[in-house]
Amino acid sequence: MTSSTATATPAPLRALRARRGRAGWLVYVSIVIALGLLSPLVLVGLDARQAGWTEIHRVLFRARSQRLLVNTVELSVVVVTAAAVLGTAAAWCTERCALPLRRLWTVLLVLPIAVPDFVAGYAWHSIRPTFTGLWAAALVMTLSTYPLIYLPVAAALRRADPGVDEVARSLGLGRAATFMRVTVPQIRPALIGGSLVVILTLLSEYGAFEIVHFQTFTTEIFTEFQFDQAAASALSVPLVLLGLLVLTGESRIGRRGRVSRTASAAARLARRRRLGYATAPVLAALSALIALAVGVPIGTLIYWMQRSERSTLPAAATVGKATWATVDYSALGAVVAVALALPIAIMAVRRTSTARRLIERSTYLTQSLPGVVIALSLVFFSIRYAYPLYQTSLLLVAAYAILHFPLALVCVKVSVVQAPPRLGDIGRSLGRGPAAVFARVTLPLIAPGLLAGFCLVFLTATTELTATLVLAPTGVHTLATQFWAYQSEAAYGAAAPYALVIIALAALPGALLGLWFDRERYSRLATEQYSRPAALEPAT
Amino acid sequence: MGHMNDAVRCLAAGVVTALLATGCSTGSGSGSGSQTITLYNAQHEQTTDALITAFTQQTGIKVKVRSDGEDVLTAQLEQEGSKSPADVFYTENSPWLAQLDQKHLLAPIDAATLQQVPSTDSASTGDWIGVSARVSVLVYDTDKLKASQLPTSILDLADPQWRGKLELAPAETDFWPIVSSVAKAYGDAKALTWLKGLKSNAAPNDTIPDNETVVSDVNKGTNDMGLINHYYFYRLQAEIGKPAMHAALSFFAPHDPGYVLDISGAGILKSSKHEAAAQKFVAFLTSAAGQTILAHSDSFEYPIGDHVAANPELPPFASLLPNSFSVADLGTGDDAKTLLQEAQLL
Repeated sequence: MTSSTATATPAPLRALRARRGRAGWLVYVSIVIALGLLSPLVLVGLDARQAGWTEIHRVLFRARSQRLLVNTVELSVVVVTAAAVLGTAAAWCTERCALPLRRLWTVLLVLPIAVPDFVAGYAWHSIRPTFTGLWAAALVMTLSTYPLIYLPVAAALRRADPGVDEVARSLGLGRAATFMRVTVPQIRPALIGGSLVVILTLLSEYGAFEIVHFQTFTTEIFTEFQFDQAAASALSVPLVLLGLLVLTGESRIGRRGRVSRTASAAARLARRRRLGYATAPVLAALSALIALAVGVPIGTLIYWMQRSERSTLPAAATVGKATWATVDYSALGAVVAVALALPIAIMAVRRTSTARRLIERSTYLTQSLPGVVIALSLVFFSIRYAYPLYQTSLLLVAAYAILHFPLALVCVKVSVVQAPPRLGDIGRSLGRGPAAVFARVTLPLIAPGLLAGFCLVFLTATTELTATLVLAPTGVHTLATQFWAYQSEAAYGAAAPYALVIIALAALPGALLGLWFDRERYSRLATEQYSRPAALEPAT
Repeated sequence: MGHMNDAVRCLAAGVVTALLATGCSTGSGSGSGSQTITLYNAQHEQTTDALITAFTQQTGIKVKVRSDGEDVLTAQLEQEGSKSPADVFYTENSPWLAQLDQKHLLAPIDAATLQQVPSTDSASTGDWIGVSARVSVLVYDTDKLKASQLPTSILDLADPQWRGKLELAPAETDFWPIVSSVAKAYGDAKALTWLKGLKSNAAPNDTIPDNETVVSDVNKGTNDMGLINHYYFYRLQAEIGKPAMHAALSFFAPHDPGYVLDISGAGILKSSKHEAAAQKFVAFLTSAAGQTILAHSDSFEYPIGDHVAANPELPPFASLLPNSFSVADLGTGDDAKTLLQEAQLL
């Protein structure tokens, strides 16, 4: 650039190279966040000590506990496989195929997260009361957790570089081979991250499949909870160990290579394939999926409202207040979760070392704990160390962020993985400060992941129940707590409207995601058309 | 990246607005002169709301309610300890109050209030008071069974003739008094055999999550019989109407160990900063006014204080002939828990 390039490197680049050698403030921030997220384990440890090894031993080593542990493992394996297949297939359909009404499908496909677990389980139990056991539970859980894989994989497919696919096709690989050998490695971080969250969620769940007579180890914890809270909390230790096992397994499988875009010029988005004759079967399959995952629960809710003899439909005011509270807390919790996930994702992706991997993995661990254990641990800490915050909105937002942190991390990581660090380095070498480079280069590149993370946490937080009941300010109701209040009194008709509003709310983030990405796509396609020679390519 | 910056600005604006709004909402409600007490409620929320409205009208004391399951509320109260913001704890079953009493977290109730209900229905220490009662019954499918075919003793339920015809929700706290009563009447060994017989009769339906599902299943014909507390039946009936009911209740033989009363009670926390107001609230719950509201609500429980008549839909309280098993015999339900765990039902 200047005459002095031969002898001296520009000052910003020197500083950049020097900075690369140190751990940096990013790691320290991540450690603080990780410690905060791991704090529920402190209570688990204390409770374990209080309960005593004899009591834990007695409950843990009964034949029943062993059978329940086996149940848990079996369910996890079946569900994560099925959800991965469904989620990836659905993401492929909406991102890589020219589907009619694509935006509508994007919205509908994420709705299952917003269906309250109790409704999903009850719906299937009422349709066929004899449909019980592992397969019933697997069906219920697969249908409600596949969006956890769909969202990250869709975000990954959206940003994946089509250039690599085209190279593979031009070298003679068939479509299926291209998918397995080129596309899957590109979406692997998303797939593995999503599967991880699905397994960990399953470990901490119980409400959805309890009603189809499938008991897992978590059910044991809940029933033990009624007698001896310390022992119940201590029984979470096997869940934590299982979670550790899963995380270790994931680190072995997830040998993540750099999958950022190859072209540093104007980034292209993958062309959508026309389906032709395959349109009808694909649409039919997607409709069937939505019908099973969302249609059945909604049908049940409407049936409840219809058959209810009591005319106690909740006053519009109560629904309004509860909706506002739900949206407020869920949105704030989602923002905090994404904000916390950002430093950890960047730290973990930019450079890999054992310490960084450890810090990142540790943040997933509490996802395997039941929500009530996490809620009570927050009670424990705030009573002792932050009493003014107890039962305030701030604590509830923090609880939401802690509970759903891994969901945000998975989505943000997907985008960070795909954003090349080179562009940031170029920005720095051009003389911009780190904050400016972050705001103008990095942030726009990882925006899809941030948004996906926000939507995923928002959707899940709208149905959050146990922590809300414990930590919300006294007298504040969310849609989920109101639903529970009526449903637990068998007033299903009065409960149904709240659940319907939760599901309707879920359409918002879905639409937001769809709209945002379409805008991005149109603007990029417009830039593409100007930059590509018109004669060589047909119009999109 | 112009549209990106716009979006970030919009998002930031939205976040700030939401934060401010949340901050404001927690600030308000901090009283305008009149007292406010905090109630931790594990009972039927709509009934509690009716009681609170009437109480506030009568005394001017406002009540803030926190509703949750009684097991979680008990755990929360124990974690909160002396810093608990709760003044009164109103539960569905007595063992939880007994547990808090054992940990010395409850304050004594006024003697005058305690006299409003029978003393056997309150704590012997006077630290909590009974407010309403439910009775254990058998619910059966009227399309499949006739009343004359039904067992009259609780022990008969373990007979092999009922294999595959029974549903059980062993995790329900309502079930503990029955188990405890059987153990008291026949001894632990026989109670364990009986539980194992129940388990094999109810398999694979021996892990129903709650009694609402039991009564709903029996009504739908999924199963023949279930062991519940009477009010689940009436609540379902109120929800779906009498013509849709294909089930009925049957009582055990008079004074049979399976024919027990389940008491729902309230206690005042030692950590309460408004003890006088809390005492007034508990007194209201057990007064004629409070008990009448309870009787006419759709919780379908029996009022036990001040000779108030129950909901006309229910069999009259005087006609019930339960076993003399009382809350003092039940205690914290530890023996019931141990037996259930030994029988591998829990």
